[in-house]
Amino acid sequence: MDVRSDFPILASNNLAFLDSAASSQKPEAVIAAMDSMLRSGYANVHRGAYRLSAEATDAYEAARAKVATFIGASSPREVIFTRGTTTAMNMLAAKWGGDRLVPGDNVVLSVMEHHANLVPWQFLKGVELRFANLTDDYALDMDSLRSQVDERTRIISITGMSNVLGTITPIDQIRAVADTIGATVIVDGAQLVPHLQVDVRTLGADFLAFSAHKMLGPTGIGVLWGRMELLDEMEPFEGGGEMIDEVGLFESTWAPVPHKFEAGTPPIVEAIGLGAAVDYLTNLGMDAVRKHDAELTGYALDRLATVPYVTVYGPTDLNIRGGAISFTLGDIHPHDLSTILDENGVAVRAGHHCARPLMDHLGIPATARASFSVYSSADEVDQLVAGLELAAKLFGIDS
Amino acid sequence: MGLDSLYKEVILDHYRNPRNRAELADVHRHADGNNPLCGDKISLELTIDGDIVTGIAVRGQGCSISQAAGSLMSEAIKGKDLQEIARLRQLFATMMTSDQSIVDPERPGAVLGELEALAGVKAFPVRIKCASLPWATLDVALAGNAEPANTD
Repeated sequence: MDVRSDFPILASNNLAFLDSAASSQKPEAVIAAMDSMLRSGYANVHRGAYRLSAEATDAYEAARAKVATFIGASSPREVIFTRGTTTAMNMLAAKWGGDRLVPGDNVVLSVMEHHANLVPWQFLKGVELRFANLTDDYALDMDSLRSQVDERTRIISITGMSNVLGTITPIDQIRAVADTIGATVIVDGAQLVPHLQVDVRTLGADFLAFSAHKMLGPTGIGVLWGRMELLDEMEPFEGGGEMIDEVGLFESTWAPVPHKFEAGTPPIVEAIGLGAAVDYLTNLGMDAVRKHDAELTGYALDRLATVPYVTVYGPTDLNIRGGAISFTLGDIHPHDLSTILDENGVAVRAGHHCARPLMDHLGIPATARASFSVYSSADEVDQLVAGLELAAKLFGIDS
Repeated sequence: MGLDSLYKEVILDHYRNPRNRAELADVHRHADGNNPLCGDKISLELTIDGDIVTGIAVRGQGCSISQAAGSLMSEAIKGKDLQEIARLRQLFATMMTSDQSIVDPERPGAVLGELEALAGVKAFPVRIKCASLPWATLDVALAGNAEPANTD
């Protein structure tokens, strides 16, 4: 996949940017779409009766339609713009969880969840949180998940792809388990949607959350997709402008979905940027994106296996993993590793990756993580490996 | 400044063989410090006789800079009186944050002894908080404050 020239930041420095799981870089198409909107198309949406506002509204709603098509939603109305995955998960925990669950009910998560799919659930008082384990190869252990589910399980909320391990979870199998007890399936798609073709008609989820900035789009906007009948049933998360129908001094009624979940002026320019990112990915083809990701991941795992004392935390089976590769090198702390790599022009993430319980589960304080996007290259992997060899030498573990 | 100035032999030695880890019989002051964003942790115990720190124990978990800094600090302040410790602490803070170099290149170690090995950290701004964590923890311990220290 030769798209590096589409990304201005990659042309302007020699950095091997291997931190796309934290946030991806943006192609010219996204930057230009946002720039054009700001220069010539900007006004608030769903408010003014003047032409510019009407056109801005059309552009904003067109972005929603693009996202709907991208994920196979049956209607653009099922696409709610949020600030990001975190906000979407907080909405679901509060309004699909907190409003409906009673003490003694339980929510089943996994031990590899990002804090965004963990902490919001901890807000629910009296609701028991349960955790599915991992297999020895870092896959989601479906037997463990089944053992956690009982008749009081109301929600199963699981990442579609781990931001730490790269593990892709079998949502269809989780759906089958949920159906035995009538539970809702929520998928944290922050890593899944940027890297794999997702079709919500066959995914098996009731709700799916993801962020634009990890899929070549801007920060400040994300998506909550939900099945229409569930969104209709769910109460608003925030009150304010745009989300209302009738407003009185003491009570109000809500606008229909999706607007009842979009209080206040939304991230308009960001929505245009997300729409452009979706167009860009659609042009590349998500099958090609996945192929590139899998090939590069395979190459990286092979190269890392040649470096003594590297330990990779994640599935060896490329069919169930994406391009987020967590690793350690001997007893070098990941922050030291990150500094050494940075000095050698390689940007990786080091730390607990907003998944502290997973680190405890793995029995390590932190990992370094290399992660890929469409512009990532084998050359960058080679640069990473060269940096690791240098780090090993510096710390005297190159025996 | 290159990596060699960050990862001096002294630092790697203190990381691999940290000094003063053993638990103290008499703990007069104690504090925990951590950097939640990066996960560095320091646990500090002091035995104080009059105004002399006669015993110190530093244990922790984290990167080489934070752990070596803890070990180096323990050696630097053990047996010193509180006034001298305050002076060292001030000098260390200046070394980490000031544009002005306090280290005399002609006489390495003359100002802050082995602690000067950490001078190179200044060139790596995101790592300064690692080197500062043990000292922030010391501040808390000496102040008798119950809140854990953090340098984030």
